[in-house]
Amino acid sequence: MARMSMAHNLHSYWQALPLTLVLLAFLVFPIAVIGIVSFWDYNSYSLIPDFMLDNYQYLLSSPVTLQAYLNTFKYAALTWFFTLSIGFTVAYFLAFHLRSTRTQTLCFVICTVPFFTSNIIRMISWIPLLGRNGLVNSTLQASGLTEQPLSFLLYSDFAVVLAYVHLYTLFMVVPIFNSMMRIDRNLVEAAVDAGASGFQIIRDIIVPLSRSGIIVGSIFVFTLVMGDFVTVKIMGGGIKANVGMMIYNEISLLQYPAAAASAIVLLATVMIMLVILFRLVDIRKEL
Amino acid sequence: MNKRPGSFYPLAAFFALFVLFLYGPTITIALLSFQGPGGGLTFPMRGASFHWFGQLFEAQAVGNFGTSLRRSLLLGLAVMICTVVFSLLAGLAFRKRFKGQSVIFYLTLTSLIIPSILISLGIGLMFDRLNLESTWYSSGFGSHLTWTLPFGLLIMFAVFNRFNPSYEMASVDLGASHWQTFRYILLPLLAPSLMGIGLFGFTLSYDEFARTLMTSGSFNTLPLELFAMTTNVTSPVLYALGTLTTAISLSVIALTLLALRVFRRKSVRESEA
Repeated sequence: MARMSMAHNLHSYWQALPLTLVLLAFLVFPIAVIGIVSFWDYNSYSLIPDFMLDNYQYLLSSPVTLQAYLNTFKYAALTWFFTLSIGFTVAYFLAFHLRSTRTQTLCFVICTVPFFTSNIIRMISWIPLLGRNGLVNSTLQASGLTEQPLSFLLYSDFAVVLAYVHLYTLFMVVPIFNSMMRIDRNLVEAAVDAGASGFQIIRDIIVPLSRSGIIVGSIFVFTLVMGDFVTVKIMGGGIKANVGMMIYNEISLLQYPAAAASAIVLLATVMIMLVILFRLVDIRKEL
Repeated sequence: MNKRPGSFYPLAAFFALFVLFLYGPTITIALLSFQGPGGGLTFPMRGASFHWFGQLFEAQAVGNFGTSLRRSLLLGLAVMICTVVFSLLAGLAFRKRFKGQSVIFYLTLTSLIIPSILISLGIGLMFDRLNLESTWYSSGFGSHLTWTLPFGLLIMFAVFNRFNPSYEMASVDLGASHWQTFRYILLPLLAPSLMGIGLFGFTLSYDEFARTLMTSGSFNTLPLELFAMTTNVTSPVLYALGTLTTAISLSVIALTLLALRVFRRKSVRESEA
């Protein structure tokens, strides 16, 4: 028996090899390159191998960086709040109020299908609704609620957060729904029999027992918003900046070492926050 | 059947609004892509026509949408195949204990949640420093795998967490070889999950933008083409292309669901026979 399990172990090594090689070549090595280049010097034409801290020094002392980080945290906090509220409510409805498994599966699929379509198109889709002559503004004006078109609807913080909530709520729905489906229905039954109100059941049973789903969803939403630049670029109309846009702009100006330093600082920020969140949950048990 | 609780109705209404929120915008641009030739980017509709879809196929109107579509489809297929095979193998590997497994697991998680712009910048810089040319089928392909493989591996974990190993044991007890057990027991049992992984692999690659941005070299994939269009195209032709791509994504999802159905029917029939 011992020999057999040894053989299996050896199989594991070659079976894990393709994944490992892809991760080494396209994740570990590129990040190492970013790390190295972040200490390099550059001029308008080329990168100059060096070991200097100027990129970091400039980055960490610039008010632009601070502003970008504050903006990004603001987006992350707002998006987290809305995706969690909406995602929890939707997951709760799916898990506890739909009786047949068929309807439940159908509604769940309806919630997840947009995940498999293009984010860029889903963002572009807001333009005819939110633009100055868009559906929302023309409806508001026609009904006499506003006289001028509201300009904050598109190319604004509002539009950016709206798009985040639109794109990422399902990252909350799926893990929270998953946790809720594992809650023993007898617990809820017992609480009802003991006279608990609906609100008490949610607060004292459902929220604590869906905790891990909430954390997994938060990890997704948080990291997606922290590293985003596409949404801010399209929905912010080029006037709003977050950390991702800052890096994107440096790349566009071919200031690779500066972009690399910004990227490393972003990575460190995200990692620190993830270490905290991962302490709260064991991912492998959640699958 | 006992009465639904009073909270059912407001929650159902909330859910309906949520679905409207999810799909409303996409439906709007689908409608607007059928604008008449004189129509603009917003309502009202000025007639209805296939004018803007026709425009798509005239090369000068929107750059090279046909070739970028072909690139995206090819890349999606290649990424799908590799994602399915590599995830299956890695999933099998993780059923046993082996040295370095937690490192690989955490690297996979990192690959999933790392800000995409780091992958883009890192692979772009790496190819540049190694004097390799960035192309969609080399660096672009690798960057897509960093996005699809984590989903594949996590799905495999979810599958094996619920997997009943007694079929395999029975097969081994009956004298089947490793290969036979894999081919005739494991693979058919895993097939539906592998189709699911294939769906993730294809659609995530087909729609991927941020990780492709600096890794696709001088030729655009479809999402990059779309992104470029958002800044310089101001006619409903943008919506027509968006509607077309969404239709392709939806057909892939529908095909997968259909294939799963057929497969399930077939295995039910076989088990009854």
